[in-house]
Order: sequence, then C-alpha cells, then structure tokens
Amino acid sequence: MTEQSQAVKEFITATVGSQLFGLPILRVQDVFVPERITRVPLAGADIAGVLNLRGRIVTLIDVRRRLGLGARANEAQSMAIGVEARGESYGLQVDAVGEVVKLDEASLEANPVNLDAELAAVSAGILRLEGQLLVVIDVDRVLDVGTRAVAA
Amino acid sequence: MDDLLREFVTETNESLDVVDVELVRFEQDPNNAKILGNIFRLVHTIKGTCGFLGLPRLEALAHAAESLMGKFRDGAPVTGEAVTLILATIDRIKEILQTLEREQSEPEGEDADLISDLDIMAERLAVPPQFTVGTLTPQVLERPLRPGEDSLDDLERAFRATAVEPMPAKPAKAVEASEDDTGKTANQSIRVAVDSLERLMTMVSELVLTRNQLLEIVRRHEDSEFKGPLQRLSNVTAELQEGVMKTRMQPIGNAWQKFPRIVRDLSAELGKQIELEMQGAETELDRQVLDLIKDPLTHMVRNSADHGLERPEERRAAGKSERGHIRLSAYHEGGHIIIQISDDGRGLNTARIKAKAVAQGLVSDVEAEKLTESQINRFIFVPGFSTAAEITSVSGRGVGMDVVGNNIDQIGGTIDVKSVAGEGASFTLKIPLTLAIVAALIVEAGGDRFAIPQLSVVELVRLRGGSDHRIERIKGSAVLRLRDKLLPLARLTQLLGIDAPTAAKDDDGFIVVVQVGNQTFGVVVDAVFHTEEIVVKPMSSKLRNIAMFSGNTILGDGAVIMIIDPNGIARALGGTATSELAGKDDAEAASESLQEPATSLLVFRAGSPQPKAVPLSLITRLEELDARKIELSNDRHMVQYRGQLMPLVRMSDQVRVKGEGAQPLLVFSDGARSMALVVDEIVDIVEERLDIQVASETAGVLGSAIVKGQAVEIVDVGHFLPLAFADWFRRKEDPAQATVRSLLLIDDSPFFRNMLSPVLQAAGYQVTAVGSASEALGLLKEGRVFDAAVTDIEMPGMDGFEFTRQVRADPRIAAMPIIALSSVISADAIERGRSVGFHDYVAKFDRQGLIAALKEQTDVGRAA
Repeated sequence: MTEQSQAVKEFITATVGSQLFGLPILRVQDVFVPERITRVPLAGADIAGVLNLRGRIVTLIDVRRRLGLGARANEAQSMAIGVEARGESYGLQVDAVGEVVKLDEASLEANPVNLDAELAAVSAGILRLEGQLLVVIDVDRVLDVGTRAVAA
Repeated sequence: MDDLLREFVTETNESLDVVDVELVRFEQDPNNAKILGNIFRLVHTIKGTCGFLGLPRLEALAHAAESLMGKFRDGAPVTGEAVTLILATIDRIKEILQTLEREQSEPEGEDADLISDLDIMAERLAVPPQFTVGTLTPQVLERPLRPGEDSLDDLERAFRATAVEPMPAKPAKAVEASEDDTGKTANQSIRVAVDSLERLMTMVSELVLTRNQLLEIVRRHEDSEFKGPLQRLSNVTAELQEGVMKTRMQPIGNAWQKFPRIVRDLSAELGKQIELEMQGAETELDRQVLDLIKDPLTHMVRNSADHGLERPEERRAAGKSERGHIRLSAYHEGGHIIIQISDDGRGLNTARIKAKAVAQGLVSDVEAEKLTESQINRFIFVPGFSTAAEITSVSGRGVGMDVVGNNIDQIGGTIDVKSVAGEGASFTLKIPLTLAIVAALIVEAGGDRFAIPQLSVVELVRLRGGSDHRIERIKGSAVLRLRDKLLPLARLTQLLGIDAPTAAKDDDGFIVVVQVGNQTFGVVVDAVFHTEEIVVKPMSSKLRNIAMFSGNTILGDGAVIMIIDPNGIARALGGTATSELAGKDDAEAASESLQEPATSLLVFRAGSPQPKAVPLSLITRLEELDARKIELSNDRHMVQYRGQLMPLVRMSDQVRVKGEGAQPLLVFSDGARSMALVVDEIVDIVEERLDIQVASETAGVLGSAIVKGQAVEIVDVGHFLPLAFADWFRRKEDPAQATVRSLLLIDDSPFFRNMLSPVLQAAGYQVTAVGSASEALGLLKEGRVFDAAVTDIEMPGMDGFEFTRQVRADPRIAAMPIIALSSVISADAIERGRSVGFHDYVAKFDRQGLIAALKEQTDVGRAA
C-alpha cells in the first residue's frame, strides 16, 4: 500500500491515548459504539471480546492493548471501527474516532527506526499533518493477533 | 465459456462417480444390459461434450473406453482385467478434469499407453463370439459385421434372453428406457451452488435470531397488537428454517458412492473375495456432517476388508463361505442417523487389545481381568491405540480406529462396537443430523453465560448445603459421590480461567454431568437457565485456538455467548484427573502394604449359591471356553488349551460341566503345566484383607472370610492341584515357614508361597514369606525373631540343609525350630535332615501334618 502513491487517499482518523492514527477508508465498513461486549475467557489480552452487530458476531480488538498502551479505564467511552478480513468481521476498539481526511500518500514517510516496536509492528508509515503526526495503520497487521494470543 | 466448463466438470465428475459404481456392479452381473446401457450412455455423453468443448485428450480416452464397452454390449465376456482397464481410464479422466478445473485448460500429456491398452483389449474381446460355447455351431464370419448388423451369436443371445423375460427386450431398448427414467428425474432438480445454500442458511439463522428478539420484546408488552402477526411470522420462520435445512440434506449414499470401487480394488489387492451390501443409502443428513463422516467411514470399510475379513483359505477352514461380506446400513432414529458397518470376519482380537491396553498402561492387570469383552474392545477408540501388528498398504499405518473415534466424538456422535470371535464385528455410529442448529443448555459461571450442547449433558445435580450431594476432595481434586460412583468435578470458572468474584462456596450451585465418549465428569456452574435451540456460528479465526469453545451464538436477547466444547473440557480434565488418580493408587497401595496387605481375591460361584474366593495371584488366567470343546477322556474332563491337554477339575460334585455355551474356568499354571477349575460363574475381583475367621474341615476349603461384607469361602487351591496332576507338588520345592505367632516361610516358588500363606494364616500363624534361604538368613541376622521356620529343601542357591546348618551355627537363632518340606520323603532324607538340625520333616502337600508339626514345635519352643 505504501507504494501505490500517486493519488490522494482518504483516511479515517482515530485516537488511542494521545496518538492520532489513520485507517484507509476503503478498508472501513462502519463505525459503531461497542455495546454488550461478551468477554472471551482464555483469549489473548488484545481481544476485548465479541459482540452482536446487526446479527453478525464481531470480534473486538482492543487497539490500546494491541499497542501496549495499558488497559482502558473501565467506564471510559470507546468507539469501534468495523473492518473485514477473510470473510470475518472485526471491530478495532479505539478511544475516539475523528474525521475523514484526504492525504497525499506520496508524503508517507517510513517508520522512524526508534519507533516503539509494538507501534512499528502495525504502522504502514507516518504522515505529517499540521501540528501533529498521524500513524497510518496497516489493518491486516493489527488483526494479526492470533499468534500473540497463544503466546499469552 | 467459464461457466460452461465449470458445469461440464461438475457434471462429468458426478457421471464418473456413477460409472465407477455401475461398472463394479456390472462386473458382478455381466448380463444386466440395463447397467451396461447406463454406463455406455454416461461415457458417450462425456465423449460428446468433450468433442464439443474441444478437449481432445478427454475425448480420445472416453472414445477408447466407449469402444471397449461397446464390445461388452456386443456380447464379449466381461473380464476383471477389462473392467480394471476401464476403471483406470476413468481415474485418468478424473485427473485430467482436476487440472482442467484448476487451470481452465487440458493439461499437456499423452494417453497413448492407456488408449493402446484399451484398443488391444477391445481387439481381444472382439474374438470370443467366434468361440461361443453351447449348442451353437462355431461360426466364422466371412466378412466383418457392418454397422447395424448383429452376429448370429448376438441373435442367439437375444433369443435366449427373450425366452426368460416376459417382454422381448433388446439391449438397445433397455438403454432407451433408462434414458427416459433419468431424463425425468433430471428435470425435477436444479443445480445450486453450495455457497448460495450456505448464504441462505446464514440469512435464515439471522431471521431466527431476530424473531427470537421480537418475541422477547413482545413478551414484555402484555396486550400488544403485534402478537398475532408475530405468531405467524414465528411459524413461517420455523418452516423456512426447516425448509432450508432440508436443502442442505444429502443422502448418505453420496458418502458411500466410492465404496464399491474401493472394495473391488481391495479385494484384488488382498486376494480376498468381498461382497459389499448397502442398505438405506437414501437416508439423509446434513451435508456438513456428511463431509465429516466420509473419511471415518472409508477408514472403517477398509479396516473391515483388511483386518476383519479372513483370507479365503482361512474362511474355508472356519467353515464359512469364501466370500466375505461387508454390510453398510443407515437409518434415522430421533434426531440422529444410525450407521452400521458390519462384517462376517474374524471379529476383534480381544486378547491382543487387552494385552496392548495393559502394556500402554491404560488399565492395570487386575482391572483388565474385570472388564467385559465389549469394555475391552472399546479401547480401540482410545487415542494412540492401534493393534495392527503388521503394516499393510491398506491400513495399519499407525492411525486406526482411535482416529475414527476422535472424529466421531468431535461432531458429537458416538460409536459402539460389537464383536464375536470368529463371527465378525459390527460398528454402530450414532451421528446428529445437523451441526448448524443444536439444543443447548444455557448456564452461568463467573457472571457470564455459556451454552453446553444438550447432546452431551446426561443430567443436572443441584448442590445445596446439607443435602445428600456433597463435594468431597481427594488431595485437592473435587469429586462427587453420585449413586455410589465417584464423579470427577471441575469448576467452569476454573477451566476457563475466570476470576470468580465471590469465592463461590463448594456446596452451592449446579453440577452439569457431561459425558464424552466413555468419560463422564461434572462441570460445576453457578446457575442453570434453560435450553435453547441455538444457531452455531464458528469462532473467529483469532479465537479458534481456544479448545474449550466449539463456537459461539447469538441468544434470543441479542447477546453473544460462547458454546462450550465438552471434548475440550474432557481433554483438559483428562490429563490431570488420570495422573492424580494414579498417584492416589500408589499412595494407597504403599500405606496398605505397611499395615495388613490387601489381597486381590477373585470371587466366583461353583456348586452352591454361596460365593467362593481364591487369591487372584494364584490364578494364571481367567478363561471362558466354548463348552463344546470340552472332551471326556479317561473319565476326566479335558480341554485342548494352547496346544496341550489341560485337565479340568470340578470343585465339588455339585459343579456341572456345561454342555454348551461358554464355560468359565480358572486356569492355574506352574511351569509348562496347566489345570483349570470349573466354576459356574465369575462374580468379581475385590481387594480385601484376607482374614480367615472360621477354619473349615471341608477338603478344598480353607475357611470363611468376610469379603465386601459377605461371608465367602476361601478355596484351597492346593487341594485341587494334585487332583489334576498327582505329582504337582513333587516337581518343585516349597518352603513354608510359620511360627505360632510368627512364622518364616521359605520357598523359591511364588506359587507355593501364595498357596501356603493362606493355609498357615488359617491355622493362626502370622506368615512372613521369602523367596530364598539367603533372604531368610538376612532377616534373621537383622534380629527378626520368628517362632519357627518352614523351609523347602531343594532350592536354587542355598538349599534347606545349608540354611539349617547356618542357623544352627549362629547362637542367637540356633534354637529356632525348623520344619523341612519336601516332596521326597525317604528314611535317608529324614536321617540327613535330623543330622543337620531339622526339627521335623513334612511332606509338601500334607497340610494337616505341617500344621500338626508346627503346633508341636512351637509349643515346644514356648515351653523351652
């Protein structure tokens, strides 16, 4: 995705902790407020649980934990970005969802070498916005939690 | 073009499957023109379509096969060789089709080999009509037949056929008829992609869930005008669900389709004649289930052919027809389909299964003796168990029925085996019709709800403080005493690693008794709600590694819950439960050996209703022999056993040797010799402290003891052995040693130590038995004091004389009375014994004499 760079692309921005993230809008199915989450015993810490989204069972991934940012305050409001991979539905649980921004992918910069390892693992690169940096998320890599769960 | 090609591949594959089956049928029934017509038509269609689609390789193959079959239609004899060749061609066509499906084009390659074989075969087959046997005059054609012409032989054949059949039926006509038949059915069905059906099923599942949610809402609003329409919606939904489920149903025959071919190839490979019978092929079940049982079924059929059925010569020797028989049948029963696979072969080798189970540590020796044949046979389903001694190309590659058992377990089915030695084995599978919608029990643990498939739930037990049901603990493992059985328990919260907010008390909650295979255990939950028909949805791939869950579902109230996999729990429990049990056994055994040793006693009945018992360690084997094999020779009952004549001894005159059926026997062996006690019935094996309380005057009975709260006669095996072989005791030496209160018994033969110990105990002695004179000396030198010693004379290493000399030489123990036991009683030997210091000399099987001598010696010792 980093190479197909001629065009301006749309991203949905989201915040986790104090960091701004961007997800390519073409991968995003919907944005919803996760409710009635069923926790899954024995699952990895990255998995917040499963929930029923209009008749589909969605696996909710806690992006905070996925990035090693620690647990979410219990009552804190959260949002989820729905994505699909290999016919399965996932929700990426974030602190807040921002707006849709148009950005030129040509200005995408590679991860700084000293970027936090857990962040680097899911980042497709960094975009400079006015006043802040936006980490572009590689959706497939965020979803790659299976092996980590086993290790945990 | 793509669609056309795909359709062609699917259709051709199906046709070829039919051709496979039909060819095998045709081989057995070569005069059935209808079958041949059907095959011919299918191959012809394939050939035609290939030509149309421009697939030269397939066309050439189909053409060559067709012309060979044309010879059959022309009356050439149907040989196994020719059929094999056609089957090989079909396999080749299938291979090409696979590539075609993948790559959209025919693979490169040559089929000249097969085609020339087919042509040669067709040539050869073209000749026979000239040599037709019978009353016909051999006829030589002056010129080859022209198309449309029939040879004289064919006409004759048609003529004969006409004489038998009421309607004149020429082969060609039969072909047309069958074409019409299939034509009609074909018009009544349409081809639908499996994906579409799956999607439809998913939608219906969601409709069901939504309906459930609506019902839940309406329930809260009493007088809602929605009620009526919702009721209708509910009914329609249920019918729709049923209808869509039906579209997923397929006849089990689809899974069986390949079997005739497999069996045919196997019979050729193994040199056995095998007949396959299939019943109930039209019985339907969910295609998902069908897919899952295909492989296990194939494996079982192969097993039956390979291991079950004997070779023709063995079958003849056993008085059976040379042709082995495998029978498949299927029928519906409740929400299940029952599938049976049986053969008339040699049956399971129960003895070998038992030996292997013991060798693998699945069961102890003693327990194994207690198990019934069917219980032993069940071991073949235990993971890692396969008895195939030799590896054949067919089966026995280290995977066996254990894998089948596991597969069946996983779809919530059960498998059972019945086997009669020499008559065959029969496997019965009970499989749920569908996996998509199951009844589940909704429970709560640690604040979350879970679903447990109803199929594996046996019963529910309510735990309450003060009630009969109480959780007990064995070294930390919780168990429940349920109807006199110990049920291992596990808390669901613990299994799932949930921190229970309230450290729930032991005596509150519910126990869901779950059965998986032959393992039964209890799962402790906090609450039980109700059962619900749930739509099983697969776990997300990120969560599939959790063995405790088989899927998840959306409940009527919209919540997602996890479906517990009983197999996963069984596995999680299995490891810990068995190891803890084993540990406990060891500990118990150790502590018991410090006090009074418990003896394993075999309890049986013989001659009277009162139970009798004999120490299990004395018995070599328990046998049940066919009573017809018992022979009467020289007025004594004998049986041929392991290549020798084994005498049978009756315990008393009241014991009848059966004339038919199975005769239970207790076999005693010493060295190469065996004898057997005839008993009426083997009752049980128990572990008890052998405490003979009332000595007996009756010959052959040591006395009575209490075993499991019941008075039991302890049988004196020593009394019966000489009845079988008069010289039984003379062949070996037997040291027995006893003291009035304490007795040292020395004999190198464990058999006699076991035999004499109860005798001496019965006479009131406390017996310490050792296997050699040096061991006995060791004990004495350690300072152990015995009131008397009973020793065998002839022993390997130090003998009885030497032992006595050494005792007499040691001033601390020199005074101990020593009684010698020997089978040789001669004045000489007695004199020699006296000279070394024996106090008395007793014949080996003279128990009265021994006890009298002991009494005398110990009394003397006491007085001194």
